[in-house]
Amino acid sequence: MLTINQYVRAESLEQAYELCQKKRNVVLGGMLWLKMQHRNVETAIDLCDLGLDQITETSDSYTIGAMVSLRTLEQHAGLAALTQGAFAEALSHIVGVQFRNTATVGGSLFGRFGFSDVLTLFVVLDAKIELYHHGMLSIAEFCALPRNTRDILVQVHVPKTQKRVVYLSQRNSATDFPVLTCAVALQDGNCQCAIGARPLAAVTFTDETGILQNGITPESAAAFAQNIAQKAEFGKDIRAGVEYRKRVCAVLVRRALLQAKEG
Amino acid sequence: MNKGYRYVGQPIRKKDAMQLLLGKPAFVDDITPKDALVVKVLRSKYAHAWIQEINTDIALKVPGVVAVYTYKDVPQKRFTQAGQTYPEPSPYDRLLLDQRVRFVGDAVAIVAAENEKAADKALKLIKVQYEVLEPVLDMHTAKDNPILVHPEDNWIANCPVGADNQRNLCASGSETHGDLEGVFATCDEIIEHSYRVQACQQAMMETFRTYTEIDRYGRLHVISSTQIVFHCRRIIANALDIPKSKVHVEKPRIGGGFGAKQTVVAEVYPAFVTWKTKRPAKMIYTREESQIAASPRHEMEVHVRLGASKEGIIRALDVYTLSNTGAYGEHGPTTVGLSGHKSIPLYTANMEAFRFGYDVVYTNKQAAGAYRGYGATQGIFAVESAVNELADKLGIDPTVIREKNMVREGMTMPAYYNETTNACALDRCLERCKEIFDWEHKFPVRHMPDGKIRTAGVALSMQGSAISNCDVGSATIKLGDEGFYNLLIGAADMGTGCDTTLSQIAAECLECSPDEIEVFGADSDASPYDSGSYASSTAYLTGKAVEKACIELKENMCRIGAQLLQCEPEELEFRGDGVYKLDGSGFASRMDIATKSMVCNTIPAQATVSHTSPVSPPPFMAGMIEIELDPETGGVQVLDCAAVVDCGTALNPALARVQTEGGIVQGIGMALFENVSYMPDGSIAENSFMQYKIPTRLDMGKLHVEFEESHEPTGPYGAKSIGEVVINISAPAIAHAIFRATGVWHRTLPITPEKILLAMPNA
Amino acid sequence: MQIQMTLNQKKITAEIEADTLLLDFVRDHGCLSVKRGCETANCGLCTVLLDGVPVLSCSTLAARATGHHVQTLEGLQAEAEEFVGFIADQGAEQCGFCNPGFVMNTIALLRENPTPTDDEIRAYLAGNLCRCSGYDGQLRGIRAYLDWKEAQAK
Repeated sequence: MLTINQYVRAESLEQAYELCQKKRNVVLGGMLWLKMQHRNVETAIDLCDLGLDQITETSDSYTIGAMVSLRTLEQHAGLAALTQGAFAEALSHIVGVQFRNTATVGGSLFGRFGFSDVLTLFVVLDAKIELYHHGMLSIAEFCALPRNTRDILVQVHVPKTQKRVVYLSQRNSATDFPVLTCAVALQDGNCQCAIGARPLAAVTFTDETGILQNGITPESAAAFAQNIAQKAEFGKDIRAGVEYRKRVCAVLVRRALLQAKEG
Repeated sequence: MNKGYRYVGQPIRKKDAMQLLLGKPAFVDDITPKDALVVKVLRSKYAHAWIQEINTDIALKVPGVVAVYTYKDVPQKRFTQAGQTYPEPSPYDRLLLDQRVRFVGDAVAIVAAENEKAADKALKLIKVQYEVLEPVLDMHTAKDNPILVHPEDNWIANCPVGADNQRNLCASGSETHGDLEGVFATCDEIIEHSYRVQACQQAMMETFRTYTEIDRYGRLHVISSTQIVFHCRRIIANALDIPKSKVHVEKPRIGGGFGAKQTVVAEVYPAFVTWKTKRPAKMIYTREESQIAASPRHEMEVHVRLGASKEGIIRALDVYTLSNTGAYGEHGPTTVGLSGHKSIPLYTANMEAFRFGYDVVYTNKQAAGAYRGYGATQGIFAVESAVNELADKLGIDPTVIREKNMVREGMTMPAYYNETTNACALDRCLERCKEIFDWEHKFPVRHMPDGKIRTAGVALSMQGSAISNCDVGSATIKLGDEGFYNLLIGAADMGTGCDTTLSQIAAECLECSPDEIEVFGADSDASPYDSGSYASSTAYLTGKAVEKACIELKENMCRIGAQLLQCEPEELEFRGDGVYKLDGSGFASRMDIATKSMVCNTIPAQATVSHTSPVSPPPFMAGMIEIELDPETGGVQVLDCAAVVDCGTALNPALARVQTEGGIVQGIGMALFENVSYMPDGSIAENSFMQYKIPTRLDMGKLHVEFEESHEPTGPYGAKSIGEVVINISAPAIAHAIFRATGVWHRTLPITPEKILLAMPNA
Repeated sequence: MQIQMTLNQKKITAEIEADTLLLDFVRDHGCLSVKRGCETANCGLCTVLLDGVPVLSCSTLAARATGHHVQTLEGLQAEAEEFVGFIADQGAEQCGFCNPGFVMNTIALLRENPTPTDDEIRAYLAGNLCRCSGYDGQLRGIRAYLDWKEAQAK
């Protein structure tokens, strides 16, 4: 059971940051994950009054506030256009509409959960995570931070890079956690591919050996996919084991590539 | 089929539909006081342990904590929590709290507190020193294992079910009909395999919950979400070792049961607290508790040996079931019986010999209970899969092989207590199902342009209608002011709509609108005795009691009317709005009779009838499911499901249809992803809805349900049961379709994408 | 701590503990339609509208609702009554325990998309579990309502 001794609506990021330095204090996201934990929280820090529930557009990027709900992200027309609908595909399988209205982008990312659909997608979009104290980080840098990092995730920046993006996932049932997630982005002949729910957090791959250099064909896509499936590290949980994930990885990457090529 | 009824067979709204849809208070936690003591249970983290020391001193000091009870505080007479007719076939193997704990989640202590936080805090502060014992976790090694789950000498089996606690046996038995080995010796084809069904969870949306208080007579008043108010009364009295007369149990609306609430899972804890403290108490099971310490399906491994001629004549069936009852024996001896008795008779037509044997073993896993299908589900998955394997091996269409062998009307079923099918439309069900499903086009394996594979599978199902020579269904019908009726029942509407269907039966008989019949139940003080709503009994058995009670009431109304009209009752005829003199010379309205019944009257304006049945007529069903399988990921999407059911007369076709649809979808979950896996320490991994996935509306495809009616002469207006038969076809039909798509028979449920992919040929 | 919110059109002020969940808060304030079906935000039974948006009250702090408008089925009876009869006609309410969450989310769906396709209905309501009905009757009910509404408009 979760207990919270004190609730504070932060009036500034600075205040939130200071509060969250204490070990027993915690920043609230959508509270879906936090709620399930058995822990005693001294102070719950709510960012809901800081205007972080907006997606704003500049000439070269979208800025997604930490308190934007997954549902808002899923339905955002600009991001949908930028990614050819990949956000909706990445998010629409997560439990249900009410869940996604409740869950926040910040909460989904800060835990760096292995099963995170949204993290997998952000990776290939070259998104930057803005932490209040650590500043702007790539997803890789962000994921590498120690788990006990006490900072505030403020917003996520997604550059308006023109890419062909495809997101695919495999699930045992329609709204379950994914058994594997896969995001692929093509840009100027370069390919970026992220594999998540391994069940570890997403890892990124590029075409280092030039398998795709002569174009994406069914054969080259399959070869590239096999290569990633061999390179990526997979684990076991109650949903699936290593061998299954490896094989599905090769399938999803190949399909995503071919789909991205066709557009 | 129009049988000329006015209200029976009409798809009318459920009496409580609008109340429920508009969210009015109807359930235990809505209608009982908020300030009752919060009751929680400390649960064992070990699968098998002996409590050496338990210290509650610190827990008791938490402000708001009222009581903490341990094994030292409870009665030492063993009882069963199984809601069954006394003497229960389930062994008396429980204490409220025991010094030996037998599964991860078993009760160690009971805490009662003024609020939830205090209760939670106290749970953490109870100091328990365990002697951790080696558990028995594998059901295959449980029988005659030196480690005993119930070594105690006050363990009691009330009925001769082949139980022996010194062998970890909750029940065992065997029966043979015909020259089994002789027939097998001359069979051209023998299919022999084991099939395993996991311990699925009922997962009703309302968890177990009970409110208890001492009423104004000093009795224990229990308001609980239960299917069995009368059994519940007895079980609570047994657990507390108090007179049955001191307990009064009623149910409000129930948020789903599916058999879960045919076991007294939560009631005993608040009941004990209230009895001890004399204060109102409430226990609301968490979802986690409902997943780990409740009453799920019995895990069964069903070994089938099926013998047939090369023409596909099924001549012999040999079924052996190993059933895992877990740490306690609730429904262990009875569920196993259905795995044979409700599967073998499906193929009565040419059956020359059969054998059905079983062992039900204790293990240190969650105790099982009653879940819709009650063993038949497990047996039918096995036998139907074996029949599909036979059809494939012989190259015969699986529907054709069934046409050759299935039970038909008028046949005597040696494997079903020698009962004769007085009403059986299974042949028509199968024929119609093929039509509406388009079997001819959907059964062939079709490779789609995107690489996915479409194909289909088929299965038949049967169940029973009440427990023959045992269950009692009762109804009281009484005439009230201005001529309305009260119908009092002890059966439990748990969403199934029996309050409404029973009122339709009464309305048919009393020639009035169902709206004129107010239904009340169930209440152990006020309702006439009824075994309760389980074993597919309510429509068939309580329904017949309603019909008979209404006939009796009509006679009484004629007698009262005769006084008003100053004639003999024989000169009168009941016609709905009142009684008429046959010669047309007089009429007394229902209102006149009601009024007269309250003035200087000795003739009861009410009737109570109890009904029982020497037979348990099976409802039947044919079902077909089309899937699309992704051979590269093992993913399965259910596309289409057609089912045709013979439930005799469908008393309310709308409700019967929804029952069927709900059962099919539960079956889909069981077939594909409702997993129950144990960690090495004996705990259940799927202990929440996050891990135990039940079907959403995106997991089930399209459903087409129809009815082929038959007329069961012993049922009310020809009705048989509907509630359970509908859960049995999904798993074997889906396993069949997966075989068609992949060439691999999966004989262990659930059939997950991982299992499918890794078993694919050329993997 | 003290909070103020609008609950079903009514402004209320209440003293709560910091960890009071919105679900428990609204039940304590007479909104008994709101149900708890799990502890893991998976069932949809506790759905309420927060400023018109369907959210899970089991995972929302009452404190976070301060200054906002919370609606439960108690406050949306008329809007619900317009369509729930069609579900009753199918018998798809069954045990009824999931009904309030399902009805609340259907209200949200129909506000957002007054003419949804069957697939849109399935997708929007995917987070509302029901163990009794097999879902199809609920869909038929909503479809019947939409057909009726369309006929009315003509």
